[in-house]
Amino acid sequence: MAITAFGAGGGPAAAVDAAPKRRSWVALFLLLPGILYLVLFFIVPLVSLIITSLETQSPDGAFAYGFQWQNYVDSVGTFGTQIWRSFFFAILATVIALLFSYPLAYFIGVKARRWPLLQSFMLILVVAPFFISFLLRTLAWKTILSDDGPVVSALKGLSLLGPQAHITGEPIAVVFGLTYNFIPFMCLPIYTTLERLDIRYLEASSDLYAGGWATFRKVTIPLSLPGIVSGTLLTFIPAAGDYVNASQDFLGGTSSTMIGNVIQSNFLVQENYPVAAALSIVLMFVILVVVSVYVKRSGTDDLL
Amino acid sequence: MSAQEGLVLGKIYSAEPDARRTPPRGRFSLGKWLLPVYSALALAFLLIPIVYTIVFSFNAQTGKSNIAWSGFTLANWSGVCAEQDVCAAFGTSILIGLVSTIAATILGTMIAIALVRYRFPFRSAVSLLIFLPMATPEVVMGAGLAAQFLSAGIPKGIGTIIIAHTLFCLSFVVVTVKARAASLDPALEEAGRDLYGSPSQVFRLITLPLLLPGILAAALLSFSLSFDDFIITYFNSGTVQTFPTYIYISAQRGIPAQANVIASAVFLIAIAIVVISQIVTQSRQKRLNAVR
Amino acid sequence: MTPQNSFADSGADLELTGISKRFPGFTAIENLDLTIPAGSFFALLGPSGCGKTTTLRLVAGLEEPTTGQILIGGKDLTRTKPYQRPVNTVFQSYALFPHMTVLDNVAFGLKRRRMSDPIGKAHEALRLVELDHLAGRKPQQLSGGQQQRVALARAVVNRPALLLLDEPLGALDLKLRRQMQLELKTIQNEVGLTFVHVTHDQEEAMTMADTVAVMNKGRIEQMGAPEDLYELPHTAFVANFLGQSNLFTGPVSSSTSNSISVEVGGRRIVVPKDRAQVHDGTVTIGVRPEKLTLLTAAPANDSGENVIGPGRVIDVSFSGVSTQYVVAVPGVGDIIVFAQNMVFGPVVEVGAEVWMSWTVDHGFGLSDSPELVSAGA
Ligand SMILES: Nc1ncnc2c1ncn2[C@@H]1O[C@H](COP(=O)(O)OP(=O)(O)OP(=O)(O)O)[C@@H](O)[C@H]1O
Ligand SMILES: [Mg+2]
Repeated sequence: MAITAFGAGGGPAAAVDAAPKRRSWVALFLLLPGILYLVLFFIVPLVSLIITSLETQSPDGAFAYGFQWQNYVDSVGTFGTQIWRSFFFAILATVIALLFSYPLAYFIGVKARRWPLLQSFMLILVVAPFFISFLLRTLAWKTILSDDGPVVSALKGLSLLGPQAHITGEPIAVVFGLTYNFIPFMCLPIYTTLERLDIRYLEASSDLYAGGWATFRKVTIPLSLPGIVSGTLLTFIPAAGDYVNASQDFLGGTSSTMIGNVIQSNFLVQENYPVAAALSIVLMFVILVVVSVYVKRSGTDDLL
Repeated sequence: MSAQEGLVLGKIYSAEPDARRTPPRGRFSLGKWLLPVYSALALAFLLIPIVYTIVFSFNAQTGKSNIAWSGFTLANWSGVCAEQDVCAAFGTSILIGLVSTIAATILGTMIAIALVRYRFPFRSAVSLLIFLPMATPEVVMGAGLAAQFLSAGIPKGIGTIIIAHTLFCLSFVVVTVKARAASLDPALEEAGRDLYGSPSQVFRLITLPLLLPGILAAALLSFSLSFDDFIITYFNSGTVQTFPTYIYISAQRGIPAQANVIASAVFLIAIAIVVISQIVTQSRQKRLNAVR
Repeated sequence: MTPQNSFADSGADLELTGISKRFPGFTAIENLDLTIPAGSFFALLGPSGCGKTTTLRLVAGLEEPTTGQILIGGKDLTRTKPYQRPVNTVFQSYALFPHMTVLDNVAFGLKRRRMSDPIGKAHEALRLVELDHLAGRKPQQLSGGQQQRVALARAVVNRPALLLLDEPLGALDLKLRRQMQLELKTIQNEVGLTFVHVTHDQEEAMTMADTVAVMNKGRIEQMGAPEDLYELPHTAFVANFLGQSNLFTGPVSSSTSNSISVEVGGRRIVVPKDRAQVHDGTVTIGVRPEKLTLLTAAPANDSGENVIGPGRVIDVSFSGVSTQYVVAVPGVGDIIVFAQNMVFGPVVEVGAEVWMSWTVDHGFGLSDSPELVSAGA
């Protein structure tokens, strides 16, 4: 199920252009409800977020319409560290998840083809984390990585970790949690492209005097690029905005707060709406810029 | 050599109609074992917190929190609803999941069919509108909706959660169904019209049944996204508790083992569905191959 | 005629007048006129991309013509919906519904038209294509040839006045293809419908059809009985598309009441006037390679024969039934000769000096010159 949705590019798209294009009032009927929905509950809220981000606060604490550009300057000034940290954590988690997932996806998609049962079994294990509560998984890691959990005691026993050191509450735990939680999102699209990879391309390459490594670099990687691109996007975007892993009740601490946490607490706890809105807009803007540059540079525009 | 050249080469090599083949068996080498062993370890790593969660659903929990192991019991499973809030939150999540899945599946399928089968102005704008929610971080979407409900004076509750869930499921439905629709031969619908099927008959008897696997996959995906969503929900839930928000709130004071029971049960059911559908498709594949 | 609840008694004739079809930025069909008599087996032949499928789609109603009219059995059906036309199509890709059994596929059209006993009629149609024993299977469980026959049964069972076949045999191997050609022909004779068969296999078109139309770049180049088309092509395109031809271009030097003489490489080639499209000026004439006789000595003058040569044999290739010689004639070019293998091995070797002759009645004159064609083709 999830397998198809996160698949890079979806099915063969060849039929699309050959499709007869029929009367457009039917198209209008099909599109209108969904598009209205998206406009009403996605575009309008974005606009109202922008309006909120420019509101001014009167002395009695009430917010009023205005063009308070200062909100942006203030929020970015105050929470610059958290913004920067969010993107740093997200990029780190994306890279680690990619390095972790590619060999796994390659084994399942290419090497395990000879044993279809093994292939489906492994695939099910990859998607298994989807089916158990995201929060409970993260809490499980919190316990496992806690100060009196098995990992910390083992590391302390091997004196790889100082006696006063922690894992939970530190940036490393947050990056770990982000990586773990988004690995299936990375693995699946890569698997989907590798699974379709024709072994004969590799044979052709080795026929043309490319060694194993050269074949991998020049044939396998380029052909699985669409999967890599959608996998990294599916990891990077939610990771940059995440606030569960970095929350102090989960894996985070005071030194690992991400922008998501700031938005959440400003919005839901302090009810400082303009700041939360301004930070949301900044976050969204930066993500859109990063994503479009990335997609352009990797030459896979048509994926979107 | 560029990817394009590689593709051209591959075409020359794939004179046979079957596009994929199994790799040939190689000689024994250390490198040959590296990848399988790594993959096994990687999968084991992915399973650690799942196993942990399931194991602790059998914990004879003593205090408020379910962290230290204190003996095996089935009491948590037999008395799931002893912890009333867990059960109530679970029921709310199921209700929200069902309603938003149905709404998102209907709206998304309609858009997907329009995108694949019809030509209309502003096509790329529509595609962008579908893509944007997937590129928007959940906090932004959640905050945006919450700001909107706030300014419109709509009280937060089950309704606002359903609106939010339908929104983020919609794009995933469109993508999934669109992939299926694009892979269908348009000649099938034409054959239907050629064989005296009116437009509504063609839709009912041909288009819809052929899209069904994609629609079903989209619905299952929507449900699992909705069921497990926390971030957007938390912004728009008000006092209503879904299963994830319940866990988030209880995280400070300790989570009862009953939550593990529900998560484990959902997990086992979902895995069973996936396993069964895999077995069905594989045996169907085998039957087809046997006939040929 | 409403196709909705009655079978066509017999095939209807099809008339296309002034049809053109423009896609955004591309004209697929330009001013096409075509009349197909009722009950005939009509083959539409042409190179890839010339507009054959588009023509069929226009007739089936799956595409609307930009200009022109489509008349079936004398009725104007230009704007009629596909499901209201007495026309059925066997699709290039078969387009069998994968989610229905073979039987349900075949009964689909009958049920839509609320015909009585659709299942019984479907079985009957399946018996006609000898597949009734597979009625319960899904299309994916059939071989390519079997799928093709189901597609045929699914169309024929509706007794359309007009049956359109878009390269239905394209995917089959040679042996099955021959067998299916015979079956198609038999079925057509049995049911008496008008068949419009698209193909780019010239042999298939010529063996099966009563009438063949050669299409090129959205226009009909020539249309007629297969023998006429082969023996008397009107254009260089047809002369080269159907089999091979030796073409010569030269000025008409003299003409009598029933023949013209054309100056080619210093010799005069005679073509009967009734076999030439143009009778003066510079003309292109031709002759089929198998009509030529190789001579090792200059022949005596004979008014019933044309002679060309001397030339040198530059290539000999043995192809089983016949041997192909390529002879370079100074001032004329390369000429191809097919000689039946009545004796073993080539009669002449590469390098030999030869003359070629043919009966005047075997030559033909074209309405255009090959330069125009080769520039476009
Ligand atoms: N929907 C369309 N939009 C634009 N151009 C089209 C469309 N359909 C067909 N064409 C063009 O019209 C021309 C004729 O196409 P058609 O499919 O009729 O060819 P054909 O003779 O059937 O070829 P083939 O033998 O390869 O099947 C082609 O050049 C094709 O590219
Ligand atoms: Mg065609």
